[in-house]
Amino acid sequence: MKKIYLDHNATTPVDPRVLTAMHPYFSEVFGNPSSIHAFGREAKEALERARGRIAHLLRAGEREICFTGSGTEADNMAIKGVAHSYRNKGDHLITSQIEHHAVLASCAYLEKEGFRVTYLPVDGTGRVDPDDVRKAITDHTILITIMHANNEVGTIQAIPEIGRIAREHGVLFHTDAVQTAGKLPVDVDALNVDLLSLSGHKIYAPKGVGALYIRKGTKITPLIHGGHHEHGRRAGTENLASLVGLGKAAEIAGAERAEEYKRLTKLRDALHKKITDRIERVFLNGHPTQRIANTLNLSFAAVEGESIILSLDMEGIAVASGSACTSGSLESSHVLNAMGIIPELTQSSVRFSLGRTNTPEDMETVAEALPPIIERLRAMSPLT
Amino acid sequence: MYSEKVMDHFQHPRNVGQLPDADGIGEIGNPVCGDIMKLYIKVWDDRIQDVKFQTFGCGAAIASSSMMTELVMGKPLEEAERITRKNVADALDGLPPNKMHCSNLAADALHKAIEDYRIRNALPAVAP
Ligand SMILES: Cc1ncc(COP(=O)(O)O)c(C=O)c1O
Ligand code: FES
Repeated sequence: MKKIYLDHNATTPVDPRVLTAMHPYFSEVFGNPSSIHAFGREAKEALERARGRIAHLLRAGEREICFTGSGTEADNMAIKGVAHSYRNKGDHLITSQIEHHAVLASCAYLEKEGFRVTYLPVDGTGRVDPDDVRKAITDHTILITIMHANNEVGTIQAIPEIGRIAREHGVLFHTDAVQTAGKLPVDVDALNVDLLSLSGHKIYAPKGVGALYIRKGTKITPLIHGGHHEHGRRAGTENLASLVGLGKAAEIAGAERAEEYKRLTKLRDALHKKITDRIERVFLNGHPTQRIANTLNLSFAAVEGESIILSLDMEGIAVASGSACTSGSLESSHVLNAMGIIPELTQSSVRFSLGRTNTPEDMETVAEALPPIIERLRAMSPLT
Repeated sequence: MYSEKVMDHFQHPRNVGQLPDADGIGEIGNPVCGDIMKLYIKVWDDRIQDVKFQTFGCGAAIASSSMMTELVMGKPLEEAERITRKNVADALDGLPPNKMHCSNLAADALHKAIEDYRIRNALPAVAP
């Protein structure tokens, strides 16, 4: 049985080309990039090449890229780092209700420290109204953080417009681009952002590396103190091999992004159509068009999501769900809740997230596996 | 994550469906995650003569429902009533800690169905 992986928003496999690029940086080129001898210099060069590739992907300056230990760390660093640096200017932050927990928990932490946070609502498709952002800004606002695209439903926000509003008011703007870097064009000037987070393992690089773009002139209080790594912004000897991998992954994504986006859109829409052709009462969660190419979040009325995941898993198909039953905390998706999806349909949600590993045949296999599963579970359900 | 027994009951649940002429029905919503179970019992001579369930819930909830119907089938009401969520979970060779509440759903639906039967027949609740 061929296994089919449709959970690329959770993580992606390391691309073989990335792995090849990383290989020499474990045992051959192993120097500490901070050392001044030849071993160190060679490592440093590799590190800076990787930085250059990230900078190129984001159309940013190399000095503006700070490597981190994850997307989560990049989000934490942006939010807490700005809050702590600009505390004398104000104590108010603006975000949305559908952010990743890395952002929401950072904001909640700052609230405990006395900052105030506005959590903007979204519409039924998961979009933040830029006008709401404008209205939420006060004289005390120091940071706006709104994600580029949502990891659960794929909805893309009006980042350039929100960025323009932030700039008009002289407020810093951060976006979590973990789900879009390497998928959509991510040009920090076109997006009008001052800070932007990305993560390695969502773009076919290893887990445990990420980066934060910090626009020149933006002050950031470090999270991690120690040596003078990353221009004093993030201490700790760099994860050389994985960062080389991140650089390679960025290079590949930059070169192949446009083609891959078209291919994935086609595959995803084919999967959507095949499913709705064969199964009744299936509802799309997320924006019909303003949505990243690889993401399809559907609710199958009257069937709970975990039971769908388990059933598909037995057929070798990996997907995710926003159901409370699948979350460690037994809370249903805060994203679907914020979108106003009724609880039963939130419990019934399944996220298919496509990637490089998927083929048209995979879509057919999944569309064939689903109808008997849904039929069986619906026959068992007290809901109609 | 789940035991083989859980997966077996999830894949091949016993006693799924409705009993149109049920003597007692217990419907319960899971306050923790919002899932729903409905249990139907047919009672004869103070015994559970037949039992069926419908569940909207996770794998553990479906397996617990199924296991619970097996545990009570043919049992005297008084005995069935003493079945706890722990009995259900044990019979399934255990559940992950964050899934213990799912077996509650099954036990609670059972107790509610028996209570419904007693109310319908104006019988006093039996002292525990
Ligand atoms: C939108 C978003 N932000 C942040 C993260 C966290 O990234 P990482 O797993 O690298 O910490 C994720 C990944 O789950 C994500 O999807
Ligand atoms: S029924 Fe929801 S977690 Fe088990």
